[in-house]
Amino acid sequence: MDPIIAVAPYTGWVYPNETVFEWSVLIAVYPYLTGLVAGAFTVSSLYQVFGFERLKPVAHLALLTSLCFMIFVPTPLLLHLGHPERAFNSTITPHLTSAMAAFGFFASFYVALLILEGWFAYRPFIVAQAQKRTDLLGRFYRLLTLGSYDLSEHSMRYDRKWIFALAVIGIPAAHGLHGYVGFMYGSLKSREWWASDLMPVIFLFSAIISGVALLVVLYVASCKLRKIPVDAACVKGLAYTIWAFIMVAIVLEALAFANLVYKGREGVDMIMQYVTGPLLVPYFVLQFGIGAITPFLLLSYMIWRGTAGKALVVGVTICAVLVLFSVFMMRWNVVIGGQEISKTGKGLLSYQMPLFGKEGALVAITLTLAPLALLYALTRLFPPWADKAKLTDAGSH
Amino acid sequence: MKEESKLSLEARRAFLGKLGLAATCTGAALGVGALGTIQTATAKSEPAASGARSGTAAEGGSFPTPDYDWTQHQWAFGVDATKCIGCLRCVEACKLENNVPRNAHQFRTWVERYVYLDGEQSARIDSQQDPVNIEASGSEKEFRFANRYKDAKVDKAFFVPKLCNHCTHPACVQVCPTGATYRTKDGVVLIDHEYCIGCRYCVQACPYGARYFDEERGVSDKCTWCYHRITKGLQPACVEVCPVGARVFGDTRDKQSPISLFIRNNRVQVLRPESGNAPNVFYVGIDKEVN
Repeated sequence: MDPIIAVAPYTGWVYPNETVFEWSVLIAVYPYLTGLVAGAFTVSSLYQVFGFERLKPVAHLALLTSLCFMIFVPTPLLLHLGHPERAFNSTITPHLTSAMAAFGFFASFYVALLILEGWFAYRPFIVAQAQKRTDLLGRFYRLLTLGSYDLSEHSMRYDRKWIFALAVIGIPAAHGLHGYVGFMYGSLKSREWWASDLMPVIFLFSAIISGVALLVVLYVASCKLRKIPVDAACVKGLAYTIWAFIMVAIVLEALAFANLVYKGREGVDMIMQYVTGPLLVPYFVLQFGIGAITPFLLLSYMIWRGTAGKALVVGVTICAVLVLFSVFMMRWNVVIGGQEISKTGKGLLSYQMPLFGKEGALVAITLTLAPLALLYALTRLFPPWADKAKLTDAGSH
Repeated sequence: MKEESKLSLEARRAFLGKLGLAATCTGAALGVGALGTIQTATAKSEPAASGARSGTAAEGGSFPTPDYDWTQHQWAFGVDATKCIGCLRCVEACKLENNVPRNAHQFRTWVERYVYLDGEQSARIDSQQDPVNIEASGSEKEFRFANRYKDAKVDKAFFVPKLCNHCTHPACVQVCPTGATYRTKDGVVLIDHEYCIGCRYCVQACPYGARYFDEERGVSDKCTWCYHRITKGLQPACVEVCPVGARVFGDTRDKQSPISLFIRNNRVQVLRPESGNAPNVFYVGIDKEVN
């Protein structure tokens, strides 16, 4: 019996094999997750490397968030593969001309880096717990000390050096990982919608704003849950970061689109028909209008007016939610949008996202939210809260 | 006539190959410099030799023809669109020959129909998978072009057979993360179905839409120019069944092969030359809108 294939409706002329949509919503979730990783790590680095003291309340949270999301990054890919059990073929025998072959190396290096940096950052906390607790959890922490209980000034200075070095290495690693995701699309010459030299940078900047926005939401939510006051200075610091990077993100994407239209190569008519038709709402209204321009204007207004206190927290949180939504729409419009424009340049397809199934909406939503569940569990084991921060000052200067 | 001479040449080569192998085996049995002799003899058929070394399907398992030397051929394909009548026998033969899923969405080869109606600036294009054509054929397992323009005034119309271009610089091979898809020494782009992880990056990278994903096997698939046939001196199935000779196949190393003559005697062109892929399917009689 032939397997069931999901056939996409189309208009105009499309190649027969294109009528089956090959990259589903999961492939949009994948760059979204890596983007959040890179963005969250940026926040951690702004504190650890660049000394943005006001970001201290979220520095450890950023590191944990980055790790939790990174652990889930391969899952949408694995679920998508026809033979997930062969996934390591690309790492064991990487085909060096393939951008995708680098993924295993980038990802494992980065996970190792995050774990190592996390270990150094949490070492004082781990040692304290290992010495204090006598229960099963105590054993767990004793195991994590790796036999090192030395918290002397000399030892802490050594740790700080490592944290600094790892954070410095982590910046190009995180951004390289995400820029490379952009390259995977931008380097394909088969699709005009993807084949932009600006794609890696666009991915990178949208990644940064999404990660910072995620931290705003997580930080404010955690303060509410823990019933402690929100540190407005920290939120303002994050707001500045979003504001600075969102400007670049908007400009880059606008430039890429302008280039595409201005060059007007073969197939541009179909692209114009697409962006003014099926993509009008997802692209111009949701991604740009509501998701990017609105938070940019709102943040500009708040910065200009010097908004403070609760109004600032509420305003920035709203902006952050919009940015998170915008960046997801950007991933969607690139991955799904690119495939909705036929390679023939003479037809359009329409992706029908299934609700159930291995590559359905429910799985996509679950995979996007699963890192948050892991984060919740990890914050129990390794509290990232700076207000209780007996845990460590290892990263401070 | 030329076709026949080519086939007889292939047969002769095959015979000589077998003769060589037999001689080698005798030599080995006699135990005269056994190791050296075997190495010399198997080197004649390099893929089989490398297969024996590594045992991978890419080099050995997919190569069931021991007396075939892939360094001695350079295959190419020709399409004379002026001859194609859109009968779609090629499409059906390909599906049967290569176990291509029997549906209207996955093809190793397909035929496009271009119709310019009176007063219209651009062509109306469809292929056998179009719902109107499927309705006309009555099944997703058989194909025919519906006579949908019978009441219209047609200015110009033609058919264009399509298939994998077996490019010299294939984008699909470039992006494959495992090297499961590769270009053989005789110029054919193949997929090792035992090694493909099913990421479908190659499907995305092909500018010609030549690849599809086989859900049942969890791997990418595409035209192989019937590699299992051509290495035995046969023609690809689509070439074999074409009733009008619109499809031409052969070895460009042989100056008298059908494809060499086709390329020499015609002004040929390739699809999307700007892609830099350097296709090896050469077209005659296609129009500006064909890509």
